[in-house]
Amino acid sequence: MTEPVLKLSGITKTFGSVTANEDVTLELRRGEMLALLGENGAGKTTLMSILFGHYVADSGSVEVFGSPLPEGSPRAALAAGVGMVHQHFTLAANMTVLENVMLGTESLLAPAHDTRAVTARLTSLMGRFGLHVNPAATVRSLSVGERQRVEILKVLYRDARILILDEPTAVLTPQEAEHLFATLRQLVDDGLSVIFITHKLREVMAASDRCAVLRHGRVVFEADTSATSAGELARAMVGSEIPTARRPEPKKGKEILYLDSVSVRDRRGKPLLDGLNLSLNSHEILGIAGVSGNGQAQLADLLSGLIAPDDGQIVIHGSPVHSPTPAAMIARGVGRVPDDRTGTGLVADMTVLENLATEVYRLPGFARRGVMNFKALASRARQLVEAFDVRCPGIETPVRKLSGGNMQKLILARVLSCAPSVIMVNQPTWGLDIGATAYVHQQLLDATERGAGVVLISEDLDELFQVADRIQVMYQGSLSGPVPTAEVDRAELGLLMSGTHTAPASAAGEVRQ
Amino acid sequence: MRLEARESVSLTMKALAPLMAVGAAMLVCSALLLWADASPLDGWALMLKGALGSKFAVTETLTRATPLIFTGLAAAVAFRAKLWNIGGEGQLYIGAVVATWLGTGPFAMPPYLMIPYLFLAGAIGGGLLLLLPTLLKTRLAVDEVVTTLLLNFIVILFVNWLVFGPWKDPMSMGWPQAAPVIDQAMLPTVLAKTRLHLGFFIALACAVGAWWFMRATTWGFEIRAVGASPRASTFAGMPVDAATVRTALLSGGLAAMAGVSELCGVKGYLTLDLSPGFGYSGIVVAMLAALHPLGVVASALFVAVIYIGADSMSRAINVSSYIADVTTSVCLLAVLVAMFLTKYRIRWR
Repeated sequence: MTEPVLKLSGITKTFGSVTANEDVTLELRRGEMLALLGENGAGKTTLMSILFGHYVADSGSVEVFGSPLPEGSPRAALAAGVGMVHQHFTLAANMTVLENVMLGTESLLAPAHDTRAVTARLTSLMGRFGLHVNPAATVRSLSVGERQRVEILKVLYRDARILILDEPTAVLTPQEAEHLFATLRQLVDDGLSVIFITHKLREVMAASDRCAVLRHGRVVFEADTSATSAGELARAMVGSEIPTARRPEPKKGKEILYLDSVSVRDRRGKPLLDGLNLSLNSHEILGIAGVSGNGQAQLADLLSGLIAPDDGQIVIHGSPVHSPTPAAMIARGVGRVPDDRTGTGLVADMTVLENLATEVYRLPGFARRGVMNFKALASRARQLVEAFDVRCPGIETPVRKLSGGNMQKLILARVLSCAPSVIMVNQPTWGLDIGATAYVHQQLLDATERGAGVVLISEDLDELFQVADRIQVMYQGSLSGPVPTAEVDRAELGLLMSGTHTAPASAAGEVRQ
Repeated sequence: MRLEARESVSLTMKALAPLMAVGAAMLVCSALLLWADASPLDGWALMLKGALGSKFAVTETLTRATPLIFTGLAAAVAFRAKLWNIGGEGQLYIGAVVATWLGTGPFAMPPYLMIPYLFLAGAIGGGLLLLLPTLLKTRLAVDEVVTTLLLNFIVILFVNWLVFGPWKDPMSMGWPQAAPVIDQAMLPTVLAKTRLHLGFFIALACAVGAWWFMRATTWGFEIRAVGASPRASTFAGMPVDAATVRTALLSGGLAAMAGVSELCGVKGYLTLDLSPGFGYSGIVVAMLAALHPLGVVASALFVAVIYIGADSMSRAINVSSYIADVTTSVCLLAVLVAMFLTKYRIRWR
């Protein structure tokens, strides 16, 4: 057994009344890839922020290579050889790769920099670990995967021996993720140590040597990856049996939503959505896969009625929607669940009651001659809060104080209470814990059983494989043709997501390179 | 330095904070009084007496609070919808101009018709004045802070032209003022031998009305939702632009009522000193009230106490009237800071 390079002992950190970490003790060995697992809010990021010096722990100590790490200083952490790659990249988009690497390592006061030496060192690092990026390229022009490589190079350039990656695969295609893990493996073989934070069990099983599970701020499970199973890890994460969504019997549906070569262009005429063809049947979930930023936001806005097609048309129940507005879409029976819960889906500063009223307050029964009937709205709100199991102190609570899962339940309650026939959901389980995720999936599946059709936009392939009946892939504003979920695998979807090939059944026209 | 939201603040603390702020402001201003060779203790006693010490003082304070309630409501309603109406001053003068136009003779009706008629007409005038910047905002995304602020100067120059030019009263012995409104248009005084007039009660009714409107009507609900999150309101299918336009009509109308009320309740004729900045003070009043319509009444009274008290104090102990202005400003600043600090705490690190 090799010596530990990093030792966290007895780390406790509280924020007000919330305990983020409680007596966490963790070791990382030389040449080891450790996966740190846990649901949202389990305390993973807090723990790593303490390690990297962003936060100061209330108690406990951090030891790196046998010597204690000064508290609360990222600079000291860097000097000790700890490097962190954040989930949200910290790169200057208007500068080159080389300049980004030099930022923070070279003195700002030096009259000139020996860029040739930096380039040479950078190139050798790239060669050694297969992290190829053009050093002269501006970061703006790089893909997400390349940007991540720059982040890793930045850390390696500073001679980091311990690498921490926070949710590194969140923005990557399956292929890019595989490439990333191959790189990490090389680093580990070279004697570095890696911790990656994730909540994706598949990655843990595929890539890590050892794994630790955090729940409610404590380490509840620790094992060599080869000695455990995905099921065991999931149970450790949730603390109980994992709820799974029950799929209803497949039923033959009829077409309820049809996009007929819909295009949307931005102000300068650049296509955001390019000749989309999409056909949704009742009783089904149609999954829209894709790496974020390929037009999913525009598709969601289109189906929400926030933007109108420049070409083509939206047909709902056989009749075209001439002037799509949010109100018109609601009136046509489209239920909409946006990805941005606090900013778009809900008015964060208003109460649960008021948020449940935003789509119905003008209907007869809830308002008379412009005066709202709060009694009726309150009793409806109480019913919905109960039926959808929204955990809140009361219906007068501002929505801002709810957890992400409860916010999503609230939005689902608002949407599903109107019995929509078409449901558009965008990233419905993003940031939710396993229990809430299963709940959302079950609600969507139940809705299809009642005859609704669901367009499920998601960047999480696992989610799509779990609940979607058919999948279309979005790439640079175009949609590939639909394929039944049962007849496609991750690799194929991954290729479509990176635009390298077009599905044979495509009706969406060519995928632009 | 960082700001942290306080989790829960006791009601006592919330109530005490503004009072402590006034205390702190008085300490600061004591230095000014000492500098002016006056005794601070006498000063503060006189200030309290000047604002609340006699029946006359109280009525003066209420009279002063009247326009502040109107302009405070105007700002509170608009700011609730995130429509940054800085043009209260201009709308106030438009209200006064309309009241002068219609109240100096063309129609004579009994007071119980004439007064509502002038208030309504003035409010329409003020609402229409705010409509222009609002349409520029909803249609062309022009920043209404700039347009409403600049409109104030245009309106005031327009009034300037009126009172020096076509509307100049031939009986005014050369003073730049318009003809007085007819007797039927004057707001009756509520107490004999004081200036307190019916406008104060109209203002109170408007406050209650605005509170009910914002709370209980669908239009009020839309205005609150649009203000809290335009994006979420749009997404929910609410008529965002219509709600903004309604807000503008309401806010401009309320500010204009301050002008009608001052004209028909206090002055009687249009001059350029009708308002010593009531439109701007209304913003402070609304902020102090945390944009709550009923809170506006309380904060308008508070601001009026400081105005009247500081004025009377500076006259009584014969210090410069600027000290009154400074006292007023320091008090308001201190209270705003105190209210901020009840919401957030500052952490030094």
